[in-house]
Parts: sequence; C-alpha cells; structure tokens
Amino acid sequence: MNTRDYALSLGDDALVAAQRMGEWIAAAPQIEEDVAVGNIALDLLGQARSLLTYAGSLEDPVRTEDDLAYWRDEREFHNVHLVERSWGVLPERPRDFGVLVARLLVLSTYLCELYDRLSTSTDETLAAVAAKAVKEVDYHRDHATLWVLRLGDGTEESHTRMQAALDAEWPYVAELFDDAWVDPTLVERGVAVLPSTLRDPFDLRIVDVLARATLHLPDVAAAVGGGRRGVHTEQMGYVLAEMQHLTRSHPGATW
Amino acid sequence: MSDRRSWPLFEVFVRSRRGLSHVHVGSLHAPDAEMALRNARDLYTRRQEGVSLWVVEASQITASSPEEKDSFFDPAGDKIYRHPTFYDIPEGVEHL
Repeated sequence: MNTRDYALSLGDDALVAAQRMGEWIAAAPQIEEDVAVGNIALDLLGQARSLLTYAGSLEDPVRTEDDLAYWRDEREFHNVHLVERSWGVLPERPRDFGVLVARLLVLSTYLCELYDRLSTSTDETLAAVAAKAVKEVDYHRDHATLWVLRLGDGTEESHTRMQAALDAEWPYVAELFDDAWVDPTLVERGVAVLPSTLRDPFDLRIVDVLARATLHLPDVAAAVGGGRRGVHTEQMGYVLAEMQHLTRSHPGATW
Repeated sequence: MSDRRSWPLFEVFVRSRRGLSHVHVGSLHAPDAEMALRNARDLYTRRQEGVSLWVVEASQITASSPEEKDSFFDPAGDKIYRHPTFYDIPEGVEHL
C-alpha cells in the first residue's frame, strides 16, 4: 500500500458518492433541493477528479482520471460501502430523502475531519486537494445538519423516518474508521491520516446534531465491510453499470 | 412536507461586491428563511455572483400596485426643477 493506493481509495469514495447523489437531481422534494444536491455531487466529483488524477499520475504507465473511473471493474474499486448503497429503507420507497440526509450528514462530517487533518499532510498534492475540499464539505455538513434538525424535530412521520434512515445507514459508519487498509508507514511519514483517530471528533459532532434533532444514536452492529479490499455490496454493480456503460459502449467518444 | 407546494416563496437579493447595494435577482421556495438562504446560495451565487445575500419572505413585502401607477409616478413627470440641471458645473469637478 502506497500513496497511490491511498489517494485512489479516497478518490473512489468521492466518485461513487457523487455518482449516487446524481440520482437525486429531478427527484428531490423541491427543485431548489435538486440544485443543492447537484452542487454537492459536483463538489464531490471535483474532489474525485483531483484524487484520481493524482493516483493515476503515480502509476507506471500513467493512467488518467477517465481511465480509472471508466475502465476499472468492481474489484478494483476501493470505496467504502456507505457511498455505494441505494437510497431506500423500505422496498416501497426506493428513494428516501431521509436516507440522503442521513448519509450526507455522516459522510460530510467524516470528510470534514479527514480533509482538515489531511490539509497538513506532508504530501503536497494531498494537502492542497484537502485544503480546497474542506470548505466544500463544511458546507455539505451545514446543509445536512439543517435538514436533520428539521426532519428529526419536525412531524411525527418525519421524525420516525429520519431515525429509520439513520438506523439504516449506521452499520456502514464503522468502515470509515477502519485502520486495517492504511499502511502505518504512510501515517508515520505524515502522508496519510489514521482513520480511527477521526472517530472521536466525528462522534462529538454527530451526537450534538442528533441531540438537537431529538434523535438518538443508533445502537446497531457494524456491517461486514470490505470495500477497501475491493469487496462490494450487490448495489455496486448497478452504480458502475450506469456510470461506465456509455464509455464502454462507445470507446473514445467525445462531444 | 406532506404538501410540498405549501413551502413559502422567498425573494432573493444579492450584493455583487462590497460598496454596491443588494439587487433583487429572483425568487425561490423554501421551508423557512434559514433554508431559503442556503437555497439562494446554491441557485444564485454558484458562479461567484455575490458576497452577501438577503432573503425576504415574499408575503412580507408591501408593493405598489399597477392601478396606483398613475397617481404614484406620473406627477413626477413634469417636475423638471427636481433635477439638478440648472446649475453650471465648475471645471475640474468630476464626481457630480
């Protein structure tokens, strides 16, 4: 495991999260929210582009961001399961706005802590990408927080659904803070951040938001995980099929 | 959110840079003012259009009506003495 692998994993998190969030454009409760989610997805896509370009530049021969996004297969993606899952809690509601809000809160709170720490990385490129991204994810966190407060402390129905969405997302939180995939020498050299050290500040922020939203921290067992090793959930294939089919059907196409 | 159409309308004002006034740029729907401000940020300042935002619930604005147009604005039409056009401007005065 080297700097390339580290950048690739972080890039995959951002790329797959962005691809999934794009599904909400024209499907959010209001057109204003369509734009808000679209902006957030584009921010994440921008982070993915920087990270994948950097990861590809460290390979020999060099691969571009497009090579990495469109021409890798499922087992070569190293994103966490949290970002690849579909948006439903119940089968009859395959796209639940509560799930979007819950996932955005979890992901953006984690990314705020990660990018904040990574902005002082000894790797200049990672530090620069993180310094730019931290302002973006701080806004994502603000957006998610406002919605969690309104839905959690809203009507009985919104409260129930917000809690159900949190409960559904929570098994996938632990994987974000798993240290097993990060090479300790990268941490010692100050290149990478040890994920488990982000957990306490993450919990502090989440507990504060949930308390204000009259919600409780889910008490559920962690899912198995495996995304960092390229082992994914059933959902991942659908994400890649949608993201990659055009490039693979028409290789080299431009417009 | 049972009736999503019931979200109130907000009018959005953007100040494009320091020293200028806030200018009306459009409107949007939001559940409350705090969310309206975020929506305004996403809809009206995503291409660096501004440094400051106001949102005002549209129902809070008292506006002149088209029927009042004649009595409101026409009387000013022939009062040319209200314009400072009868003064000689001394040479060298630039910002007048």
